[in-house]
Amino acid sequence: MLEHLAALIVVVPLVAAPLIVLVRSRRFAWIATTAASYLSLLFSVQLFWRVATLGPVSYAIGSWAPPWGIEYRVDALSSFVLVAVSLTASFVAPYAQRSIAREVARDRQYLMYAMYCLCLSGLLGIAITGDAFNLFVFLEISSLASYVLVALGPRRQSLMAAYQYMLMGTVGATFYVIGVGLLYLMTGTLNLADMAQRLPGVPDVRPVLVALAFITVGIGLKLALFPLHQWLPNAYAYAPSMATAFLAATATKVSVYVLLRFYFGVFDPARLFEHLPTREVFVALSLAAMVAASLVAVFEQDVKRLFAYSSVAQIGYITLGIGVDNQASLTGSIVHLLNHGVTKGAIFLLLGGVALRAGAAAVRLETLAGLGRRMPLTALGLALAGLSLVGVPGTAGFITKWYLVVGALERGWWWVVAAILASSLIALAYVWRVLEAAYLRPPAASAARGEAPAPMLAAGMAMTALCVYFGFETSFSAGGAADAAALLLRGLR
Amino acid sequence: MISHPGLVLIAAAVLMAPLRGWPRAAVALLGSASSVFLSFQAGDGVHLTIEYLGMQLAPFAVDKLSRLFAIIFALMALGGALFALNQPRRLELPAAFLYAGAAIGATLAGDLVTLFVFWELMAVGSTLVLWSASTPRAGAASMRYLMVHLFGGMLLFAGVAGHVLESGSTAFTAMGIASLPEKLILAAFLVNAAAWPLSAWLPDAYPEASWSGMVFLSAFTTKTAVYALLRGFPGVELLVYAGLAMVFYGIIYALLENDMRRILAYSIVNQVGFMVTGIGIGSEMALNGAAAHAFTHILYKALLLMSAGSVLLVTGRRKCTDLGGLYRSMPFTTACGIVGALAISSFPLTSGFVSKSMISQAAADGHLPVVWMLLAAASAGVFLHAGIKFPWFVFFQKDSGLRPPEPPWNMRAAMALLAALCIGLGIFYEPLYRLLPYAGDYVPYTGWHVVAQLQLLLFSGLAFFVMLGWLRRTLTVTLDFDWFYRVLFPALFLAAGRVLAAALGAGGAAGARLGAMLESAVRRLHGPGGAFARTWRTGSMALGVMAMLLAFLLTYYLR
Repeated sequence: MLEHLAALIVVVPLVAAPLIVLVRSRRFAWIATTAASYLSLLFSVQLFWRVATLGPVSYAIGSWAPPWGIEYRVDALSSFVLVAVSLTASFVAPYAQRSIAREVARDRQYLMYAMYCLCLSGLLGIAITGDAFNLFVFLEISSLASYVLVALGPRRQSLMAAYQYMLMGTVGATFYVIGVGLLYLMTGTLNLADMAQRLPGVPDVRPVLVALAFITVGIGLKLALFPLHQWLPNAYAYAPSMATAFLAATATKVSVYVLLRFYFGVFDPARLFEHLPTREVFVALSLAAMVAASLVAVFEQDVKRLFAYSSVAQIGYITLGIGVDNQASLTGSIVHLLNHGVTKGAIFLLLGGVALRAGAAAVRLETLAGLGRRMPLTALGLALAGLSLVGVPGTAGFITKWYLVVGALERGWWWVVAAILASSLIALAYVWRVLEAAYLRPPAASAARGEAPAPMLAAGMAMTALCVYFGFETSFSAGGAADAAALLLRGLR
Repeated sequence: MISHPGLVLIAAAVLMAPLRGWPRAAVALLGSASSVFLSFQAGDGVHLTIEYLGMQLAPFAVDKLSRLFAIIFALMALGGALFALNQPRRLELPAAFLYAGAAIGATLAGDLVTLFVFWELMAVGSTLVLWSASTPRAGAASMRYLMVHLFGGMLLFAGVAGHVLESGSTAFTAMGIASLPEKLILAAFLVNAAAWPLSAWLPDAYPEASWSGMVFLSAFTTKTAVYALLRGFPGVELLVYAGLAMVFYGIIYALLENDMRRILAYSIVNQVGFMVTGIGIGSEMALNGAAAHAFTHILYKALLLMSAGSVLLVTGRRKCTDLGGLYRSMPFTTACGIVGALAISSFPLTSGFVSKSMISQAAADGHLPVVWMLLAAASAGVFLHAGIKFPWFVFFQKDSGLRPPEPPWNMRAAMALLAALCIGLGIFYEPLYRLLPYAGDYVPYTGWHVVAQLQLLLFSGLAFFVMLGWLRRTLTVTLDFDWFYRVLFPALFLAAGRVLAAALGAGGAAGARLGAMLESAVRRLHGPGGAFARTWRTGSMALGVMAMLLAFLLTYYLR
């Protein structure tokens, strides 16, 4: 069984989805979802451990040897992403029951679970596959499922948000597949490692450059690279709470993984970063995201939308590390996949509880008034996770900032350091608005008291605890990210 | 780790958070008392090393300098806890213990990374103390306070990261101010020390704390900065000027101020100025003096703020013009306030005398006559604003008709403890001198010192009553809630506009215009309905994607 782990991790949630649709019982759906999430966490931790001790795992689907068959390949980078995704899933799944029961119509609830399982399976598949076309398939599975997740949202605008998300996502996926098609044309292979070996021998580089542009913009759309982020704020704001938390913590992060894999494992990084203006473009777009999106968050009144813009800014941190392109900055990027995942996951889980207690679909700043007295634990969790967004020491966000600053300093880029620090001050400004509403404004007379239901509160607080835990104990988070960054700089070999 | 006096306080903070009543009091008093004990017990050397982010850190390193500050911080936590036992606000005491524990953690940090971590924790803890006053004014003040301190923390962060990369070592030792990282670290320390021109955060924030909160706030942040300057930048000449600027800034504003606790807040800036000047002088005696002055200042400033806090608690008033004549019904508080006022004025036989005279003597020994004269003049100014003005307007002056009772027993006990220390250290100063970082044979009670100081105090006392009519005029400068939005942001935009105008070779008027344009541009782009904030039409989104693709293709092809 152990040698089939790589396949099982994808298959388990993939099988759970149709089962849920067939049985159509809400209770079964929830149990199956939770079981699939926990199993995927178990498998990915085992895989991570195996990769850390024994080196990369290669698994040939259907025993067709690569590069002809589809290869599942788990290395330090992909196992790290697998753990990050399944970790989030294992917090979201137990949370889902009460939250979905409240936000989604009864006859559609099983669909929510099924789509969530499909999405999880797709995201894990993206991280594990070593085949460019198989990756496209998983990208589509996860994306289609997430469009539905957003569309099932409780607000009037959910459908429109899902529609725009779907159009943009489809454009992104199409661009990606065009890029892969061009690469296939030039190299004759779809296996990523094989492709990397053959690319240097390709005589005509123009189609490769076109492929690079298509893949960059396509995946840039998926990961909400500024200014391709337009779909994200509404999709996050209008999705059901559990979907927002899950997508914010995982979907864009896995897309970053795809970009890393192509930039460092397929295209020649030396060429990409030395001859092409990749570095300049990524640093410029990232800084723009960190400032422009944070500033929007400072003015935003809808709290979920506020934190969605904050996500765009935080993705700026991740892509900044790619642009700076050294060991420390890439460690910062990769560790932020996890750190921002747990931080935003915690925030959106807790906001889901607030929405449920407020009995409103939208959480506005006024909704938070007096939260410190009405829901003290939730407010505390929001405060801690908010500090992690700012990057205060002792929280996960600080670890990221440390590596990014060190990476920028190694290049002697003091102005990038200044921009990182300025953007954290802007982050403080918008986090403060939330805390000010929660602690300093008196609660409305009609506002309900009491915490969210225990399973929801527990999931949110557990993720908050992770924000703090990863601020102190970094042997898994920063250690795993450093291994992955070293692997990237070796060209994923 | 279990014997780290700072972590003991932080553990006590966590433990007492859910408690009320006497269990909370027990945890607070026992925790801070054991922290005092552990601080005295801590032996020299590195007691703990850990690895964090691939660096070797020494989070628990003790020498004479750090022990001195750990002891006074722990003592202050004990005294403050006793004073605050009847504070009904539940958040304040745990926050204050977190704050005090972080301050001790910063002083016991053997490396820059640990220093930074505790530095930020201190900012969070102190903001919570301020915030727990839970008035709208305190809430707004805590936002401004946190902004300033996170800004300082970011300077420190960039400086530490740069310094570690440059030197390859995390150790916190004396450094120069040659390189950019070192300049950043110095700037961060000066922000926390409330050095001029960034002094305003202190009198803006502290007086908004509760009657007990300000006692804690006065003790730790600025004095941790003094400690960090003592260790990191002894003898840096710039500090002499920075210190003198603080000394006079504090005096002038305190003389103009009407709010009793704002007077004392300006007086903190003034007193820290003396310490910073001493650090800048840099001789062993000057450094000893700065360290000793930090120690004694914490005690008498806390005593002054306790008496002011008691007045605030029992009368609910904070303006000098609303107070007066309280000595009739509050003789004990009055006496304690006077002891604190004498100590801050460096009256012989009080703790202030045995520490401040050391700095003046060091200036004289170092052949810095101008510095010595300015310090002497400033000492007279201290007597004016803190030594006489505070007790006179609050406890004597006219009869305001108020007859409030004395504060509860625990507050009186805390004041008695600190008053005893203020006088005790003034008479039996050898134990304090033995704790100082450098060995020395300084003798405070020489005929010359005593006579000179008494003359100075006498004349400035005379001057006070001669000028009383003028001093009674009041002028209150307070920063409003929307200060950031009204002043800081437009100022930033104006500065940006000026830089832009200068780059374009245009004049000053163009700078102001450009600044205004920039500001409205940010609002237009990022505010509600702005181009970055609104939902784009699907067609526009798709068009944007195509434009991006074209841009990428073009840049790739052109290279």
